[in-house]
Amino acid sequence: MIHQYKLFDLNIVLDVASGSIHLVDDIAYDIIALFESCNKEKVVSSVYDKYKNEVSLKEVEECYMQVVQLKDNGTLFSKDNFESVAGKLKAKSNGIVKALCLHVAHTCNLNCSYCFASQGKYHGDRAIMSLDVAKRALDFLVENSGSRHNLEVDFFGGEPLMNFKMLKDLVAYARSIEKKHNKNFRFTLTTNGVLIDDEVIEFANKEMSNVVLSLDGRKEVHDRFRVYYNGKGSYDDIVPKFQKLVKARGGKDYYMRGTFTHYNPDFLEDIKTMLDLGFTELSMEPVVCASTDESCLTGSDLEIVKNEYEKLAKLMIERQNQGKPFTFYHYMIDLNDGPCIYKRISGCGSGTEYMAVTPWGDLYPCHQFVGEEKFKLGDIYNGVNNTELTKDFQSCNVYSHSECKDCWARLYCSGGCAANAYHATGSIRGVYKNGCELFKKRMECAIAVQIAKMQSED
Amino acid sequence: MKHIKTLKTRNLCESAKNGGCGECQTSCQSACKTSCGIANQKCENAEKKESK
Repeated sequence: MIHQYKLFDLNIVLDVASGSIHLVDDIAYDIIALFESCNKEKVVSSVYDKYKNEVSLKEVEECYMQVVQLKDNGTLFSKDNFESVAGKLKAKSNGIVKALCLHVAHTCNLNCSYCFASQGKYHGDRAIMSLDVAKRALDFLVENSGSRHNLEVDFFGGEPLMNFKMLKDLVAYARSIEKKHNKNFRFTLTTNGVLIDDEVIEFANKEMSNVVLSLDGRKEVHDRFRVYYNGKGSYDDIVPKFQKLVKARGGKDYYMRGTFTHYNPDFLEDIKTMLDLGFTELSMEPVVCASTDESCLTGSDLEIVKNEYEKLAKLMIERQNQGKPFTFYHYMIDLNDGPCIYKRISGCGSGTEYMAVTPWGDLYPCHQFVGEEKFKLGDIYNGVNNTELTKDFQSCNVYSHSECKDCWARLYCSGGCAANAYHATGSIRGVYKNGCELFKKRMECAIAVQIAKMQSED
Repeated sequence: MKHIKTLKTRNLCESAKNGGCGECQTSCQSACKTSCGIANQKCENAEKKESK
């Protein structure tokens, strides 16, 4: 299977199964488009008719043979023979957990109505994770991580800094046990910024591999949703704090992470605001909410968003050429050294290698399932005991979604988000169609940005 | 005239030989948290040896 598209002045052909990418001229582009449906004579004559003022018949024939050669060497129209090994990686690592999302605070000092976690409470009561629970969660991770060296732990909420003292004590505990067990903890803190002070900055920059800072972009956009309980917007309070933290970070990973909604599908303006504020590592995500929610993106919003993705790609290329590059999380794609085929077909690691832990120690397949009782996997004291649910997540891979089988983007997305699929269709084997549409657009743009980058480096 | 330029990319079939170490990041960890994709993840396989 191939996917071909034109973006900016680039003609791009992706060979899905081999992962090959070809940059072609108009003649080759048209030959490839006809190649599987017509015989050689028909393809050559049809393409020659179209371009006879520019090329000779011989040249069209030569180009046709180049396409044949690529097919023969397995980089064009290659067959996807990976389905039989789709379950292999998860089977091989059966029972191994390597990442936990610790819900250290099911409470928040902001009252954002679009929050998928219902203002941090996950449709339950407010709660704070104790140090005992958190330490046990890390012990559970170490005990269940097999030979995995790198272990990821996210501090998530609600607002994790509402439990800051515990975080510090927990990280100290983690550092005290990692050598003994030959592990490397990589911590990530996701915060709304309200409680950032010098002590937090010092701690985050020393101990956090990554920090995710919630900022929606323009002040009026940010303050529409990200408000205190008295209704006041948080923008003016948090922006200086984020700037100070990022400046002190000394190049370590961080992301400004925004959400766009029905009220700002023109999210590129928010990206530009972030750039104006001096931030360069950026992520903007479509809101996750019920279709009845007023902030939900509509069908016409999706068209605007897709156009914004293109404009964003163009801006990235321009800024790259001006020596002022920035990163957009979804456009980071390493064509030469990206994920192996096992990773690409295994699907999201939720419910298998990745789990979320509630403040009281219950385990869920991921942070987006927390609060949905039927998705409870077990707890950190007794381990995973919902074997049916575990099997369901283990057997979920890119080939278990029927819609993915003939999708060109399947080896870039690996079947998508189980939570999005469940919320859209009632099954983790479904697909969230709006999400797919945006994902495909992002991939087309991401690949075009990488090609433009490679061209400027040549 | 060269009509087709093939870019240097990781050969997915080759990656099957030494892939699957599992050291890479879990899928939506760290930045997005609401939409999964694997294309933007780094390979962390220290033993990787394959022709590109």
